[in-house]
Formats: sequence, structure tokens, C-alpha cells
Amino acid sequence: MKRKLVAAISAILPLHLALAAPYRPDHDAQVLERLPAVSGPANRELRALRQQLAANPGRTELALDLAERYLARGKAEADPRYYGYAEGLLKAWPKTPEPPPKVLLLGALIKQHRHDFDGALQDLDTLLRRQPDNAQGWLTRAVILLVQARYPDALQSCAPLIELDDALLAGTCLAEVNSLMGQARKSYDFLQETLADQAEAGAEQRQWTLTVLADIAARLGKPLEAEKHFSEAIRIDYPNVYLFGAYADFLLDQHQPQKVLTLLQDKSRIDALFLRSVQAKQQLGSNDLAQATHELEARFAASRMRGENLHQGDEARFTLHLLNKPEDALRLAKANWQAQREPKDARILLEAAWAAQDAEAAKPVLDLLSASGMEHPQLRQLAAEIRQLR
Amino acid sequence: MPARLVFCLLILVYTPLLHAHKASDSYLTLKVAGDRIEGRWDIALRDLDYALGLDSDDNGEITWGEVRSRRAAVFGYALSRLNLSGGNPPCPLQAGDYLIDSHTDGAYAVLLFTAVCGAELSTIGVDYSLLFDLDPQHRGLLRIEYGQATHTAVLSPTHHNQPIELADVKPGAALLQYLREGVWHIWLGYDHILFLLSLLFPAVLIRQERSWRPAEQFRPVLLEVVKIVTAFTVAHSLTLSLATLGVIELPSRWVESAIAASVVLAALNNVYPLISKKLWLVAFGFGLIHGLGFANVLKDLGLPNNLLVLALLAFNLGVEAGQLAIVSVFLPAAFFLRRSWGYRQLLVHAGSVLIVFVALIWFAERAMNTQLVDWESLFK
Repeated sequence: MKRKLVAAISAILPLHLALAAPYRPDHDAQVLERLPAVSGPANRELRALRQQLAANPGRTELALDLAERYLARGKAEADPRYYGYAEGLLKAWPKTPEPPPKVLLLGALIKQHRHDFDGALQDLDTLLRRQPDNAQGWLTRAVILLVQARYPDALQSCAPLIELDDALLAGTCLAEVNSLMGQARKSYDFLQETLADQAEAGAEQRQWTLTVLADIAARLGKPLEAEKHFSEAIRIDYPNVYLFGAYADFLLDQHQPQKVLTLLQDKSRIDALFLRSVQAKQQLGSNDLAQATHELEARFAASRMRGENLHQGDEARFTLHLLNKPEDALRLAKANWQAQREPKDARILLEAAWAAQDAEAAKPVLDLLSASGMEHPQLRQLAAEIRQLR
Repeated sequence: MPARLVFCLLILVYTPLLHAHKASDSYLTLKVAGDRIEGRWDIALRDLDYALGLDSDDNGEITWGEVRSRRAAVFGYALSRLNLSGGNPPCPLQAGDYLIDSHTDGAYAVLLFTAVCGAELSTIGVDYSLLFDLDPQHRGLLRIEYGQATHTAVLSPTHHNQPIELADVKPGAALLQYLREGVWHIWLGYDHILFLLSLLFPAVLIRQERSWRPAEQFRPVLLEVVKIVTAFTVAHSLTLSLATLGVIELPSRWVESAIAASVVLAALNNVYPLISKKLWLVAFGFGLIHGLGFANVLKDLGLPNNLLVLALLAFNLGVEAGQLAIVSVFLPAAFFLRRSWGYRQLLVHAGSVLIVFVALIWFAERAMNTQLVDWESLFK
């Protein structure tokens, strides 16, 4: 019976997917694994630092430096293993009632990554009590509060940045939050002016500001301006998974699947971006859609196996749009909403609620839309359709 | 083909073209028989490289030669971070074959090993500490196979020591649970009972010249009841199996509404009889829909992959047992009362009208996805 089943499955699978039982490779020279971008200077530096640390295990400032670099790589490549390595380095830090600010900040970033938002906020509050001029601390705090849709609190966390001498950083933070509180047009104009005034701003900062401008323009239904900001941001050669995801979402909404595939060409290692490629394939009606869908399904299954639920928003999108299972998608979108409440999380919850014809499930988003005064014609249109369900 | 089984196999056999970024996991499978444990441990090459430095020529590529030459170091590193015991003394681990396999995030070393514990195992202690010092986000995905049963657990820095009672993973207890759920579902699922009763009410009566007359003999009555119950059973077993195995899939709201509608029609037929012969055909037709409803319950309970078919069978048997219990109380009582005015007018007529009303409310609630009546407080 089992053999028949296996035979049946291998007949269904494309040829190159030969049945993978554990095997003994034929030649010593056979390459089994390529380590991530090892040739890049960043990774070589990481290896060198790690060797130094192994030789001097007591040098705590070296460990912190390395942890910070791992986090930067983890963010740039959206590779969770780096967050784990950083956490391993921090764990070795002696437990003291007053850990150094850096330990608190890095700890908060790690907790943020695994969606322990309350834990991260707690660390940040301790940090900012001791170091009220820590800009990264205030910014990280604002970003977390924004994800939780606690807009007034997020605004309060942007405010101290004004005093800290980086007008574009403060302006971007304020504009992003305000744009979700019914001030989108004003924030957009203000941020464009601020960006024009700050010609000397660093590449990373400019990229973030352009991304926020693009997001606002896309929400307001100004595709030409959004496209302009997105493409300018993407030309700044600084790896940023959020930007790629947001741009791809915008292009999918504009029905430009071919552009999505070109944009995300070499990014399929990252589940969130792979999902967007698969959606583009769906729009194109590609031949390899079924195969790509299977692969993504296997990836979601693998992260479920470890009891993780960090990607429920994307999984809900996948379940609704590619598997066409509205009720399962709604369950995922509701669970995702418990942790993350950005406009894209609101959107999948509304889409799934509409598909499952469950108006009650959409209520938290409807409430947020009316409480915040958020300008988002697309969400408001969906919300109006769902209200008709009742 | 069982869809879940296929899906699990797909995950196991699927070699992706592009590797995903994923947090670090290892896959540890222990097959227990008697006093022996056969182990298979898949550990990512990337993790082994981080821990031991496999890439000896530092060119960013890990070759089979590099992996093979470090066999002793890899086994030594891994096995020293795993402690298996059957009671107090740990079972010594014996390294076996050393192979390669693929998972969604890349190539893995496959470490095969054996543990001999000296005495028949009734419990296994698994103490796992691979990579936790280097990457606290690492997880060990443990799977224990014992006879027909499997037990899975996720091992983490906070849950790294798991004693597993092998008695608990015996299939018997699990199957009994599904049997019990089946019985309870038919007893607590009033819609199924009311549908069945609506069909059975007229079984002790004979329709003649637009009125009901009591049946004279028990045998034809029994035959009629057996026909109806069997038809209902065959039909719902069929769709229950097909839906559980993923062959058919319908939205639960549609199914639940249709079940309510079937109760309305069955009861209405007692008030304004349209069909008085071959009721078993009605039982069969609507039984198909009720089976889909049972499947939704079973889906909510979740089915163990290794016991899929047996659990399905147990749940189904439970449903039949619960149904048989109802019929065996109903039939003698109905036959005894069939001549009375009360049975014909009060129970069959007024009772059916009442059922029509209740089921209409159910139908409206389910079709419109709202609550019209607070049933819970009604029954308190």
C-alpha cells in the first residue's frame, strides 16, 4: 500500500523532484550546501569577529559588536538564524539588574523579531529611562506601537526624536504615524518637503523616507507618485525586505506581475517575498504555479512544525488567494490580528472575512478604521462591502 | 487518496529548487521496539558549520568530502547533546550510518544511531541540548514511533527534557476517545436526532386514504426502521469518509444550513405527507449531507495522521452506536403507543410541527450566520 502511494506521488511530481530518501553522495567534490553570501565583505567580517571572540571569550564588547552585526544581517536578509545567533551571544551576558543599554536595545530587537512585543517594549522603557537620548530606542518603540495600531502612543514615541537633531528621522516617524490618523495628505506634503530640505541625509534614511512616501501615496490611490518613490527607493542599493514586499504588493495591485517577478528574481529564499512572486505567477497564469504553491505550502508547514506563528498574515494571504480556503484563511488572519495590526494585516482580515461571509470577524478592523480616521479608500471600500453582509 | 497523508509525504519527499530562509530546526525520529531505539537525526549542514566549521577550505561551499571527513566530530558533537533513558541510567548511543537529505531550507546531515536500553521500555526520557547554547531559537522536532502510534514534541531551551510515557501513545486510548466523541456527537447534535426521529415517527403507522392507521405487526415495522437507519448510516458514512480524507470539501455554512433544511423537510413530510413509501431513499439522500456535518466535527477534533483510518472508523462506530441507542429506546415505545390518539396527534402531528419551527429557525440562523434564539439559556 505504502509503496503504491509513493509510486503514485512520484508520478505526480515533476521529474526533477526525484524522491528524496537520505542518500550517500557519489563524489567528495559534490557541493551539498552554499553558505549565505559568504563572499560578501560583511560575512567575512562576521567570521573574523567570531574567531576573535572564540580566542577571547571574556571580551564582552566584542560579543555585543558581533550580536549587533548578526542582527543587521538578519534584518537585511530576513534570515531568522542570525537572530538566533545574536540571542545566543546576548544570553552569555551576565544577569545583572542593570544591563548596559546596548544589551537592552539588542534584546528588544530580538524580542520584536519573534513578536514578543510586550517584552520588547518593557526592555525599551527601561533603556529610555536611563538613556532618554537613545534615538534608536525611541524609533524601535514607535515602530512596535505602530504595528500594534496604538497610534497616539506611537506618536508620543516619535516626539522625542525632534529634539535629537535628525530632522528627517523625526519627520519620517511623525509622518508615518500621522498618515494613519487621518492626516495622510498633510503628512505626505510635509515629508516631501522635509526630504527635499535634507539633501545630506544618509542612504538608509533616504530609503526609509521614500518607502514611507510610497506607502502613503499608494494608500491614497496615487499610483504614479507611489511608483516614483518606490523605484527611487529601490535604486538605493541597501537591502530592505520591507521595501521589496511593499513595492511588490503595490505592483500586484496595479496588475503588473511581470515587474514583480523581475523585482523579486533572486529573493525566493525569503518566504514573504516568495509569496508575492507566487501571487504574481497566479496573475500571469504561469505553468509553474502549482509547483511554486506546493513549495510555499511546504515552507509554511515546516514553520508550523516548530510551533511558530510569525507568518500568519502571509499564511492567511496564501490560504485565501492560492489555496482558496476562506475559513482557514480567516482563522489565520484573526490570529495574526492579535499580534500585528498594520494596514496590510487589516486588509487580509477584511478580505478573508468577506470571502468567508463573516461580518463579525471584521469588526476589529471596522472599529480601527472609524476610530483612527485612517484614509485608505481600498480598505474603506472593503469595509463598506462587509457592512452590507449584516 | 488521503490528502493529509499525501501532503505529509510531499513535505518529506519534496526537494525544493530554492532553499528557504528558516529558523534552525533538527528532526529527531526515534523508533521504539522492546528495549531498542532506532534513531534518525537530521541536522542542517549550515548549523553544523556554525557549530563546528565544516567549510574547511572557507570557500562558502560545503562539499560531501568536507562533511564526510568530519564524521567523528559530527557524531561526537550531536550524540553528546542527546540523552535517552528508559528509567534512570541513560541508554548508550551507538553511531550508525551517515547520510545526506534535503529539507525546505537546505541540505541536512542524517545521523543514524541505535540505543539499547537493557530493559523493555515503557517510558523514554529525552534530554536534548543541541545548539541551544549557540542559537536559543533552535528547536528539536521530536517524533517517537511506537507500534502503531506516534508522539511528537517540540524541544526548546525551556522544554528540553521530556519524559514520554509510551503507554500514553498506545493507539487504544486514542481510538476509544474517538468512539466516545462519535456517541456524544449524535446525542448532543439535536439536528441529527430530530431528523432521524422525523423519519421514524410514521414507521409504526400506515398511510391509508390520507390518514394514519396503526400498523398491525411488528415485523414490517422493524424492517422499515432497519431500512431507514441503514440507508442513513451508509450515506453519512460515505460522505463522512470522503470529506475527512479530503476528497470532497464544502463550506461548513452551506452544509449546516442544508442539514437544518433536511430536518424541516423530513418533519414537514409528517404533517403534509408527500412521500410515505420508500422513506429510506430520503434517509439516504439527506444522510449524505449529515455525513458532511459529522466530518466538520471530526475536523475540529483533529485526526492523528498515523491512525487516520482507524480513528475515522472509531468515530463512525460511535455515531452508529449512539444512533442505535436512540432507535432501541424509540422503537418499542412507539410501537407500544401507536394506537393512542396521543401518539398520532400529539407526537407525530404536533411534534413534527414543532420540529419544523425549530429547524426553520436553525436554517435561518445558519444561512444568515446570525443568532435568533439564545439556545444555551433556553436549555438552562
